[in-house]
Amino acid sequence: MCFLFESFKGWKKYCEEKNQSLPETVIQYEIEQKNSSRELIYSGLLQAYGVMKDAVITGLKEDMTSRSGMINNGAKKVFNHPLSVLSPEFQKLISRALSAKEVNSCMGRVVAAPTAGASGILPGTMVTLQEIHQLSDEKIVEGLLVGAGIALIIEEKASLAGAVGGCQAETGSAAAMAAGAIVYCLGGTIDQVFNAVAITIQCMLGLVCDPVAGLVEVPCVVRNASAAAIAFSSAQIALANVSAVIPVDECVEAMGEIGASMESRYKETAMGGLAATLTGQEISKKVLIQDIEILPDETLPD
Amino acid sequence: MANKSSVFDMIGPIMIGPSSSHTAGVVRIARAAIRVLGGIPDEAEITFYNSFARTYEGHGSDRAIFGGLMDFKTDDERIKNALEIAKEKGLKYKFKSIGNSSVHHPNTIKLNLKKGERTVEVEGESLGGGVINIAEVDGFVANFSAQMHTLIIKAQDISGAIAFISSVIAQEKANIATMSVSRKGKNDLACHVIEMDSGINKITTQYLQSLPWIKELIYIPDIDL
Ligand code: SF4
Repeated sequence: MCFLFESFKGWKKYCEEKNQSLPETVIQYEIEQKNSSRELIYSGLLQAYGVMKDAVITGLKEDMTSRSGMINNGAKKVFNHPLSVLSPEFQKLISRALSAKEVNSCMGRVVAAPTAGASGILPGTMVTLQEIHQLSDEKIVEGLLVGAGIALIIEEKASLAGAVGGCQAETGSAAAMAAGAIVYCLGGTIDQVFNAVAITIQCMLGLVCDPVAGLVEVPCVVRNASAAAIAFSSAQIALANVSAVIPVDECVEAMGEIGASMESRYKETAMGGLAATLTGQEISKKVLIQDIEILPDETLPD
Repeated sequence: MANKSSVFDMIGPIMIGPSSSHTAGVVRIARAAIRVLGGIPDEAEITFYNSFARTYEGHGSDRAIFGGLMDFKTDDERIKNALEIAKEKGLKYKFKSIGNSSVHHPNTIKLNLKKGERTVEVEGESLGGGVINIAEVDGFVANFSAQMHTLIIKAQDISGAIAFISSVIAQEKANIATMSVSRKGKNDLACHVIEMDSGINKITTQYLQSLPWIKELIYIPDIDL
């Protein structure tokens, strides 16, 4: 019987008892639960990573203007800006996360990881990690497997959907997946990987889902960039064995608890937060279709 | 086994943005509808309801619908330009928006499609994550996900019909996952909707179709294939 991804504590115990690596347990899970094979899993993830890389390139090359106009080639502007605030690598990281997410907003092809709203975070972080540390695609795929295991547990104990848990569930979970993958790919221990997840969740807790006009554009695109940065900051902290203090499973529980108590106007309904601002409402009026039929018999109570 | 998620739900699916309910789900509703019709339509009237009525343009659901009507898959990059492609092919279309229908799910689309002399009406709901429910076919309650293999049989409302149809399917060793019947009026037609885990052979559908009390049979294999 494979491990069912119900808690991080259990995942670690399972790995130690069976003497298996984190990605290996995820492979076993997929084989047993989904009747898959090792080859299919690897080729599927290599394909997904290929789509992520393409999205990063497409967003930096092609015109990325969304129909609302709110997204307008931001990734390219960041990539080409002459001033690097930190380092050229940081500049590339940010522009890549923006890039893949802009492709998503502009009806291009992406990998929902774990969701479409968070589809820039793993591409931005993994492509940049691979470049800086000269990692093979196979290593990145192992990192993605670790990320998938992390997401499976978050889904089980909290949620991955903005409509259920707010943006912490979407971009927060993606950042946690990326942080764990980074630490794993750089040779971190299981404790370090999970600590990176815990730290990342602590940084992303409470984030509401408040997309302007209900479109997956503002603030979603910039949140993909900040989540990518947080993934790296958490990995840096975790690799140095600086403890998150609150164990990762409890961090996930906190995320679930916060998500459950969030009012529905902060859960993808575009009724609160940035969506409810003056400008947010003006944009919404422009973007949304006003010329719609209202059925008369339903508006008047009998 | 309870429905455990796959690694490819966490890293995936590969899809066209911006959102699974506004693109992937919409494409799949249209893919199901053209299978009910039996081909790519010459004419389409598309009605967006409730939440979709306001948001479909901003989210690109108008393009997604045409992607599906032209049988593009959910990860096909042509979806972005599907409206232009459809226009070039001479597909006639009309969009309608209805803002406040309490009888419809928030994200509902009704498709009235015409190909040659044949017309169909299909109502689909985008439930999130790309998952759909085809709620109605030609006014009959249908409620199928199009994720499995689906048989829609319109037949005279005779006794024993359900048992007969299920025994024929059992011959094929196809496992019936769900089965429902809806009626329009008394002594009128009954519409059987059967979802199966695996596909069935053409000879079986032909046999069923040849029976005098069966008026129409539509077979829809997994729409993502
Ligand atoms: S704000 Fe909402 S729609 Fe945007 S990325 Fe976050 S969860 Fe997704």
